[in-house]
Amino acid sequence: MATTNFLFSGFGGQGILFVGKFLAYKGLIDDRQVSWLPSYGPEMRGGTASCSVIVSDDPVGSPIVSNPDVLVAMNLPSLDKYENAVVPGGMIFADSTLIERKVMRDDVKVYYIPATRLASENNIPTLANMIICGKILKALDDFNEESVKAALGKVISAKHADMLDVNLKAMQIGADYE
Amino acid sequence: MADKVLMKGNEAIAEAAIRAGCLHYFGYPITPQTEVAAYMAKKMPKIGGVFLQAESEIAAINMVYGVASAGKRVMTSSSSPGISLKGEGISYMAGADLPALVVNVQRGGPGLGGIQPSQSDYFQSTRGGGHGDYHMIVLAPASVQEMAELTVKGFELADKYRMTAMILADGTMGQMMEPVSLDFDVTPPPEKPWATTGTKMQREHNIVNSLSLVPEELEQLNFKRYEKYAEVIKNETRYEEYMVDDAEIVIAAFGIAARVSKNAVNEARAQGIKAGLIRPITLWPFPTAPFKKAAEHAKQFISVELSMGQMIEDVKLATECKVPVTLCNRAGGMIPSPELVLEAIKKAHKNGGVD
Repeated sequence: MATTNFLFSGFGGQGILFVGKFLAYKGLIDDRQVSWLPSYGPEMRGGTASCSVIVSDDPVGSPIVSNPDVLVAMNLPSLDKYENAVVPGGMIFADSTLIERKVMRDDVKVYYIPATRLASENNIPTLANMIICGKILKALDDFNEESVKAALGKVISAKHADMLDVNLKAMQIGADYE
Repeated sequence: MADKVLMKGNEAIAEAAIRAGCLHYFGYPITPQTEVAAYMAKKMPKIGGVFLQAESEIAAINMVYGVASAGKRVMTSSSSPGISLKGEGISYMAGADLPALVVNVQRGGPGLGGIQPSQSDYFQSTRGGGHGDYHMIVLAPASVQEMAELTVKGFELADKYRMTAMILADGTMGQMMEPVSLDFDVTPPPEKPWATTGTKMQREHNIVNSLSLVPEELEQLNFKRYEKYAEVIKNETRYEEYMVDDAEIVIAAFGIAARVSKNAVNEARAQGIKAGLIRPITLWPFPTAPFKKAAEHAKQFISVELSMGQMIEDVKLATECKVPVTLCNRAGGMIPSPELVLEAIKKAHKNGGVD
């Protein structure tokens, strides 16, 4: 009975909702049950954004993730807010370019990825989110290139088809980062 | 299996409406239902339909009245404060026996309230909302798939009974994405010989009106309308039961509250507590029968709601207060957690049905 509860959080504009949508689509393509729920509010670029994604072998009950198995914190306020909500044994992925402090807990697995720096060094400054996503899939042993490509095809409109390879490259950078 | 796509609940409503043959949409933006209007704005011009952002909610509902009078499938959508504004028009449509679909993606109230999910328009929807003796068929989806399917069903029921159907969703249902299959059957609209389509000098005038100044006549119209409602109650009540057969603690919940409650029921069962869930899909007509039946073996009912307790009154009526009915709720845009519901179940289990 495998269910993974993801919580993505960061600034508006970091592609938090996008990466969640990508993982939900990947789940759908992998023939699993999925839900995607954004925080919505009077928020804008630079404000906070978060979204809950559930990928499961069983029908999804509540779509709200309060205690994630996987937390992605792309800024410090997100880590401050959700660090203690992660289930024991869960995973935290932190963008260590933007978050200077370490995770306090010792009962979770922590991945520090300087995603914003890596994105900027590789000339893909808007894709820190997908760099982290690559690392997540690697850590979950779920980096299946075929379904990754298919899911990217679903979330990237035909108009921006050239972004497909760039996103894949970003994910590869994340997956390869040690 | 048909291809599934990921869609927001709001988008699923809009796409399903188009597939149901609704080519007329009138609305006014309001969070958290704006995606319905946005989707319609994008799609309608491409398929020869009408999308019109009215100057207000009141204008939009009166445009709906106009199209419904002409016999076409038509809809509007809004969120709580906007639905209050539409109340007058909805009552007029009831008085004129007009079929239409109204979507309410609820947010916290009263007043302008907030923009987070709520179920506190239950009374307004199931008791009428506008003035006068009338009902709407109120459908409460609990998944994006149901957002689509109940939209189609809403148009069909509205046409079948010449009355307004309402989709009563909430901010979560509107904003969340789930896989949805849009491969469903649609019953085309029936003939509408009453519609004001122009006489072409070949028939008597059809008159669509809610004004009736002779009390004897108005009384008869009300009697007749309630005979129709009796048919709706008999034929169209819908609900889902989950592990109710041997349940000692029975949850009553609809929409997002039912999703949360299902998690709690599963966890309670895992802990050896016989819990179950009755999920009304039609809020009006309310599914009285499964509650009455469950009251024969249940020790306690718990109404889980995103409100200060509104559906609980219908649960008490349906169970004739044979066993205690308690409330487990959050309000103002907050959502009960599965843990909160589980606590309520455990408490009920421990007390053995003592309120």
